[in-house]
Amino acid sequence: MSGSIQAWSTIASAFLASSVEAVEALTVVLAVGVVRGWPSALLGTSAAVGVLVVVVAVFGVALASIPIALLQIVVGSLLLLFGLRWLRKAMLRAAGVIARHDENVAYESEILALRGSGVPLPSHTRWDAIAIVTAFKAVTLEGVEVIVIVIGLGAVQGMLAAASLGALAACLLVVVAGVLLHRPLARVPENTLKFAVGIVMTAFGLFWFGEGIGSHWPTDDGAILGLIAILTAASWMGTRFAGRVSAGRAVAAPGGTP
Amino acid sequence: MKALVRALRGVLRLFVDDGKLALTIIGLLVAIGILTRAGALDESLALGLLVAGTIAALLANVVRSAATAKR
Repeated sequence: MSGSIQAWSTIASAFLASSVEAVEALTVVLAVGVVRGWPSALLGTSAAVGVLVVVVAVFGVALASIPIALLQIVVGSLLLLFGLRWLRKAMLRAAGVIARHDENVAYESEILALRGSGVPLPSHTRWDAIAIVTAFKAVTLEGVEVIVIVIGLGAVQGMLAAASLGALAACLLVVVAGVLLHRPLARVPENTLKFAVGIVMTAFGLFWFGEGIGSHWPTDDGAILGLIAILTAASWMGTRFAGRVSAGRAVAAPGGTP
Repeated sequence: MKALVRALRGVLRLFVDDGKLALTIIGLLVAIGILTRAGALDESLALGLLVAGTIAALLANVVRSAATAKR
């Protein structure tokens, strides 16, 4: 029972979290392809995927040699920091303190940046250094986040395969959708996904850190569900309170509107 | 060298968005880890402090950010 809870929550969390990262990478690659040409955009993307495969292979070997308690503490701490970063930003966005992420806006600003780079397209070759580097950077950065998510969710509980499966499915789905639609996937509810995944990753981080320091959670793995419920309630209340504080400042500020 | 520093900064940014929140959480984890190893905290107290401390740090940070954000 608890094994299947873990397996499904791992697959679902890896899928949702990776889909957010894949959508962000796709937006940049699409902009690069449209403005500077597809051969260079795809070369940069392929090179980044190659680097990510090497990183996964190196970390995969290294992880096997780390004692489990140390792995739980390190992975739990990193997952906690990673999850809280997403959760904090999602709460501030939901409270209206910072602007929500919009893939269409990100796509347009990337297009403007590439057009305004001042570097003309090379006429003597199909390869364009700006396009290759931009696509490479975007895919590598978002890909490293996917690796962190997969390792964080799967390494400690021996579910690397399940986490990898979720991440791979998300990346494939986003790529297929991008190829078919040929535009950014703006309809993916990225802010909501970041809220949900931030909660789940924070819950896993707390769980693994607690196990790593030798404490045993009541109901064992079932405690993850309890942590998710507590974090959901707390972040919902925190978002509402932050929204009120922010709205109060808007009214108090000269010329502010409620 | 510059590229390496930029890459390291990128990796750091994966885990740290707000430095104060990250430092608070790291301080909390280190304190709970040391106290538990030293036997000063029993299991359930350690787990309770871990969950309550994390949530308190997050909520305090979010509310402070809402109160000080530039408009």
